[in-house]
Amino acid sequence: MSIWEYANPKKFMQTSAWALPWAVALTVALLVTGLVWGFFFTPDDYKQGSTVKIIYLHVPSAMMAINAWAMMLVASMIWIVRRHHVSALAAKAAAPVGLTFTLIALVTGALWGQPMWGTWWAWDPRLTSFLILCLFYLGYIALWSAIENPDTAADLTSILCLVGSVFALLSRYAVNFWNQGLHQGASLSLDKEENVADVFWLPLLVCIAGFILLFITMVLMRTRTEIRQRRLQALLARERVA
Amino acid sequence: MPELGKYAGAVIGSYVLAALLIAALVGLSLWQAARVKRALAEVEARQGEK
Repeated sequence: MSIWEYANPKKFMQTSAWALPWAVALTVALLVTGLVWGFFFTPDDYKQGSTVKIIYLHVPSAMMAINAWAMMLVASMIWIVRRHHVSALAAKAAAPVGLTFTLIALVTGALWGQPMWGTWWAWDPRLTSFLILCLFYLGYIALWSAIENPDTAADLTSILCLVGSVFALLSRYAVNFWNQGLHQGASLSLDKEENVADVFWLPLLVCIAGFILLFITMVLMRTRTEIRQRRLQALLARERVA
Repeated sequence: MPELGKYAGAVIGSYVLAALLIAALVGLSLWQAARVKRALAEVEARQGEK
């Protein structure tokens, strides 16, 4: 059995129909567990007070905003190289999900930044690259909507995805590239000094797992819709010709 | 409810806004899914009749 079997829309629909209920159940369980644990059962931070509870939303959403773009890049490259329609549709389906995560990261970051830094926004390397990533998401979604021919749209959005990957990468490593700005380094690290304290770490891991599954669930659901939409367009085109 | 002190607005605001954004994404996706599924079923039924 090959992974390319799932590039067949029929096979993808069958497999995703089986996987989706499990993914939904696991997503809800992990998100509820992680967020309730983090919000109600973890102490305040000695420096940041109760604002540390924002970490359970901010870090997973920021992480997934970047990873969603990475997934879109892989799917776009598969489209460019192998011309599998499901991969192009999966990239299209992932964009609004990635945009939502980016908005959550920006909004929660501003709400966290105001009491801690004294400002809602700063033209800090990480914040700025994240804002540009958000604009790339909007541009990507707009480009898909603007082009009528789906194959041309898939080609052009794949190129845009490739270009936007620079900013996705910068969003992740801006703090390391430019050792300046307000934003701290990684919250999760193998370096004990840098990593968040153990009491916050476990619920944060559960929240990250929940956000990963939320992304998978939403992409599966939205890709199924895109496949149905493509079939609908094909049938309507056949009707017009007949 | 944990004691959030002077940062209650920032913490609760973050959770409320994140919940609203996720709810909007899920709601919109479910609505689109239902609309496309219904339209496809109608066209398939129509073409099946011919």
